[in-house]
Amino acid sequence: MSAQAQPVQPGRFRLSASRRRRDRFARTAILAATLVALLPLALIIYYLLHKGLSAWSSSFFTTDPTGNTFFKSSSIGGIKSAILGTIEIVALAAAISIPVGVGVAVWLVEYGRHSRLASLVRFFIDVLTGVPSIVFGLFIYIVLIVGTGTTYAGYKGSLALALLMLPIVTRSAEVILQLVPTTLRESALALGAPRWRVVSRIVLPTAFSGLVTGVLLAIARAAGETAPLLFTAGATLKTNTDLGGFTNSLPLQIYYDVTQPTTAVVNRAWGAALTLVIMIGALNLIARLVARRSRLA
Amino acid sequence: MTVGGRSVLERPPLARLPDRALRYGLTALALAILALIVYFFIRLVGQARPAFAKEGVFGFVFGNDWNVSAEHFGALPLVVGTLITSGLALAMGVPIAVATALYITELCPLRLRGAMTVLVELLAAVPSVVYGLWGFFFLAPKLKGAEQWVADRLSFIPFVGGGNVIIPNYFVTGLVLAIMILPIVSAISREVMATVPDDQKEAALGLGATRWEMIRTAVLPYCRSGIVGGSMLGLGRALGETIAVTILIGDAPQLGKHLFQQGYTLAAVIANEFGEAQGLHRSALFAAALVLFVLTLVVNGIARGFVVRASRPGGGGAAAGAARSPGPSGPLVAEATSQP
Repeated sequence: MSAQAQPVQPGRFRLSASRRRRDRFARTAILAATLVALLPLALIIYYLLHKGLSAWSSSFFTTDPTGNTFFKSSSIGGIKSAILGTIEIVALAAAISIPVGVGVAVWLVEYGRHSRLASLVRFFIDVLTGVPSIVFGLFIYIVLIVGTGTTYAGYKGSLALALLMLPIVTRSAEVILQLVPTTLRESALALGAPRWRVVSRIVLPTAFSGLVTGVLLAIARAAGETAPLLFTAGATLKTNTDLGGFTNSLPLQIYYDVTQPTTAVVNRAWGAALTLVIMIGALNLIARLVARRSRLA
Repeated sequence: MTVGGRSVLERPPLARLPDRALRYGLTALALAILALIVYFFIRLVGQARPAFAKEGVFGFVFGNDWNVSAEHFGALPLVVGTLITSGLALAMGVPIAVATALYITELCPLRLRGAMTVLVELLAAVPSVVYGLWGFFFLAPKLKGAEQWVADRLSFIPFVGGGNVIIPNYFVTGLVLAIMILPIVSAISREVMATVPDDQKEAALGLGATRWEMIRTAVLPYCRSGIVGGSMLGLGRALGETIAVTILIGDAPQLGKHLFQQGYTLAAVIANEFGEAQGLHRSALFAAALVLFVLTLVVNGIARGFVVRASRPGGGGAAAGAARSPGPSGPLVAEATSQP
């Protein structure tokens, strides 16, 4: 890529002291600013490990929160329902947003291309990208809770997260699908393959690992979101395998625990935060490994 | 050559069916997305209408009185809180983000480049609620002394100095937001910096420029509108950020007297009050969401204009691609276009 230009050889020609000083100062300032940027990362990771690990215990992952917040750590319970709830809600959100998001991307790249409708769709996907996450929750709230007169449910949280994931999946998929060489498509078409076969046998398999990367990053983003779940999924204590009812989740558990006055409950929030960050970090790591194997770019 | 009235190259009608199904199915899907967004927007306006009807649109946005029990809903304290915290985030986050991008693209040893990129992007992987938790229990208490020192020294500047530091406050919220927008601003700046032609950089060096002079004369002017666009996208993020802000801002529905006092933001008021809100109060919160929505829409629209312009002279679609997919897909675009 951008070739690192050869450093200026000192001594070959004379550089005035003030210019050299200014250069050194600017470089040092840039390096210092970069280190400042990494400082919060180090502090967050240190604090998460420091506080989170001490909250972990064998019962931390195997018991539901008891709702007891004024007693010792032994009686407040763990985060089992939150972990399982996050997995359920995010899995359903992914199951909705992946086919729709990739489908819209295929339409944009293969059919819509530069048509006016395609640029309108791109514009609306851009709009979705910029929508604050809490507004997604309110959209779902208006339609599925005010509109139907029912109450919170896990699947409503999934739908809010699916809305949030949709633009991320579509945009990344569009970028990847555009990288599939046109010659590949043209060869298949010239051999007589119908368009749907070109898409399903040539375009999608070629782009597969790139698509997986985008999808995993979207899932990682959704898994950490609290705001869309606040007024859609509700929060509950018990482990719930039915997404038709209130469903707990890790971000909500952390959010509600932060505001409690008891140290033990706040420690549970740190333990839950460490769990969540490890889950999201693992998704990011896998996404990166998959991206490395990509046949494109 | 024709057989039975159609060319041999033409597929029989039945075989064309899956093709049509895919084409029209996908078109319908795309249209459904459009319809859905328009429908959501209309419903949101409908829910917000009672509050706008009572206060007037102008009165709602600029009324300085958010009093739930008296059913007065003037959102000025929230709007101002949103702008202050986001402004602080930009002021602190953008210079640092641009510096990291410069370091990674221009100064960093090649071997470290990948690792540095990953580290900066890791900041984007930390969930909002964890930033809130960390900010509340670590950053806010640790910074209190320093903030008080600054407030005392700068007491001559209105709105910054004087008065007692209360934690949490506008400043801490802005600082955490700065950390949160850093990865996206840095990613887009990096994308734009990668489009600077090597000839121009080499020309600057060849004329005897130092590395910094090369950055100042060849890299930064070329990237200016891309950096502005990236910052605006970061601003859009900061404006809409909810949970970390809700935990940190202190939830006081008045205008804070200075930077180190509690306040409120549009997103935080929704997260905090919506659960118990009824009637007009609920409508006012929908109205707050609408104001927030429009605000982010405008900011993101301006941002896109800048980034698209930035990518034009270079011709590469990299910057535009990054602009279209901020957030975690930003890193992805980086991977798709330039990374490993």
